[in-house]
Amino acid sequence: MLGKLNWSAIPLDQPIPLVAGAVVLVAILGVLGWVVVKGHLPYLWREWITSVDHKRIGVMYILLASVMLLRGGSDAIMMRIQQAVAYQSQGYLPPEHYNQIFSAHGTIMIFFVAMPFVIGLMNLIVPLQLGVRDVAFPTLNSVGFWLTATGALLVNISLVVGEFARTGWLAFPPLSELSYSPGVGVDYYAWSLQISGVGTLVAGINLVTTVLKLRTKGMNYLRMPMFCWTTLASNLLIVAAFPILTATLAMLLLDRYLGFHFFTNEAGGNVMMFMNLIWAWGHPEVYILVLPAFGIFSEVVSTFSGKALFGYRSMVLATMAICVVSFMVWLHHFFTMGAGPNVNAIFGIASMIIAIPTGVKIYNWLFTMYGGRIRFATPMLWSVGFMVTFIIGGLTGVLLAVPPADFILHNSMFLVAHFHNVIIGGVLFGVFAGFEYWFPKAFGFRLDERWGKAAFWFTFIGFFITFMPLYIVGLLGMTRRMQHYDVAAWRPWMIVAAVGVAVLTIGVICQIVQLVVSIRNREALRDRTGDPWDGRSLEWATSSPPPVFNFAFNPDVRGEDAYWDMKARAKQQSLAHETPDYQDIEMPRNSPTGFVCAFFATIMGFALIWHIWWMVILGGLGAWATFVVFAWRDHDEYVIPAEEVARIDRSNIQERRNLVSMAGAV
Amino acid sequence: MSEQTHGMVKRDLAPGEEEEHSVGARILGYVVGLVLALLLTATSFFIAGTDLVWQPSIPVALIVLAIAQMGVHLVFFLHITTGPDNTNNVLALAFGLLVVFLVVGGTVWIMANLNANMPPMDHIMMRQ
Repeated sequence: MLGKLNWSAIPLDQPIPLVAGAVVLVAILGVLGWVVVKGHLPYLWREWITSVDHKRIGVMYILLASVMLLRGGSDAIMMRIQQAVAYQSQGYLPPEHYNQIFSAHGTIMIFFVAMPFVIGLMNLIVPLQLGVRDVAFPTLNSVGFWLTATGALLVNISLVVGEFARTGWLAFPPLSELSYSPGVGVDYYAWSLQISGVGTLVAGINLVTTVLKLRTKGMNYLRMPMFCWTTLASNLLIVAAFPILTATLAMLLLDRYLGFHFFTNEAGGNVMMFMNLIWAWGHPEVYILVLPAFGIFSEVVSTFSGKALFGYRSMVLATMAICVVSFMVWLHHFFTMGAGPNVNAIFGIASMIIAIPTGVKIYNWLFTMYGGRIRFATPMLWSVGFMVTFIIGGLTGVLLAVPPADFILHNSMFLVAHFHNVIIGGVLFGVFAGFEYWFPKAFGFRLDERWGKAAFWFTFIGFFITFMPLYIVGLLGMTRRMQHYDVAAWRPWMIVAAVGVAVLTIGVICQIVQLVVSIRNREALRDRTGDPWDGRSLEWATSSPPPVFNFAFNPDVRGEDAYWDMKARAKQQSLAHETPDYQDIEMPRNSPTGFVCAFFATIMGFALIWHIWWMVILGGLGAWATFVVFAWRDHDEYVIPAEEVARIDRSNIQERRNLVSMAGAV
Repeated sequence: MSEQTHGMVKRDLAPGEEEEHSVGARILGYVVGLVLALLLTATSFFIAGTDLVWQPSIPVALIVLAIAQMGVHLVFFLHITTGPDNTNNVLALAFGLLVVFLVVGGTVWIMANLNANMPPMDHIMMRQ
């Protein structure tokens, strides 16, 4: 009846996951109870859960990523403490639990923190920067988000029902095959990634189409803000690379469920094929994450230096070059697997070549700052911090791209330090910069600068204290994923790293405090004009938060830095006073399709993991029926009358006029 | 939504989106495509089993026919043209082809290299 599921699935003998699970459950029930008692449930359902508004979906993506960041961060803290205490002893985490923690940490941080955070920011901002009213496929967007949430939910269910994979974040066979991992851990891993992978692919298709097809008047390709370009490149990579991941995991699942032999040791299976395929996805994946971050830095550096981005066209070229070359380097993840020197040399050289466009970008940001009037607001601090940190990570990356050096350093803590250096220093600093920068756009008030700066400095310094020691222990010969060790020379560095993670934690706490303080002071921090940073691109041309239709009129773009131009012209002409001719606007209707679809996908995923076949059929039928109902809908748009558009738009224009006249008076 | 797309100067067509042709012309296009596709399929089956041509040329002929088949599908069913309204579709196709070429070509090269360098134990034994 319930497949492999029975009471032994609950780890009653392990206090840590059980207590953690209980705390989370109490928190969720508490929030749900509060929502129901306060009567917010209908509002939540109407305005958020069923919303197809790209801004709301973007916010929900970022919320998911933030919650998962706390989960992944807790895993990180546990690992650092374990390695600090497990010198000549077993530490406090038994091996099977420790192995689950590092696997969950990697999986969650990449798939459920970094991915939803960048996709959320792209969703939120790209349509605004392009001057359009929504993404190309609004309901599909909602489906994509909820399927991602399904994946995150399944990973977290594994904490208390069953177990998670003990195989590392990429589940290499033969360890991940049935003979070595007979439990449900790998199945949790694979099915949650399959389901959220569909969500990511859908989001990628949506954003590519949006950038290519929906641009406002005059917004040709070489007038798009840099963030739109990096969004295009990143989503092209999603569309090209994620099917490889899906196919690879599908083969692994066929091995595990139906006795196939793609990656087994027996019957002609080839383990190396898995490494080859998973990294053919895995390397583009890191550029999927970091390219949007590069876009964010471009926007932030240009805005806070008060200058147009230096070398805009070279930046576009560098972005597209990275997009293509990122598909030519994947072998550098397995130099030591036995390929000959010719193969290793070619991929090593390609890996070094990809550092060139990245270097071009760094110089472009530096030259943008050169001679500019720089304001060191929090987003700018994250950007400058990124440049310093990312250069170190990039250089150790070029070092690892040299095959002979890689033979010594591969699988060591040096590698761990390197990829945290680029992912934290690049992606995480990037999304934090974007979060601070666009928060006023999303919510209508700025974030507290003092706490923001404190968060930056604690995170920045904490990062160096945590990860520089890992480079050193890597050079001292420590391999990654060690549950305990006996080498005295490593011990002091592991303690330093644990101290560093404490500093990083203070940084995270500062971010939370910043959010709370800012919400309480929101009236003082209110952004009335919609342009709190003296911005340059079109997202600042509408109010904060933007109305559901984003723009009352499609903006007319006449050059790069579209909004900067408009402001310059408006100041010259002291703002034209003609009464605009407002018209009705059609917007897509909200739809529960995404939520219902993901509900059934969750049931199906859970049932697949536990081999509950009747429930698999039920979930599959439900998801299919949801799709059919959506496909046969009659009304998919509603009309916002012209008077309503006029009312909303006039109040914003008044605020802006006040600002311009004030600036004129000065 | 729709006014934005119509307002653009150079309108780009999505795959499956039709330009204003009469129904007859469109049906004709699909029929021609279908006939060509069937012809190429039939030829492939015929070539594979025949001894009328020089045997080693058969695989090459099959590859050529397969590529022609793809071309027919792209032109008649997916409506890829070289017109200015089709730039996005052509570029997307080119990018897709490049990625497939890189991943498949790279994989074949890497796996052949690995197999040559790291044969299974019994193969090594046999060589000795």
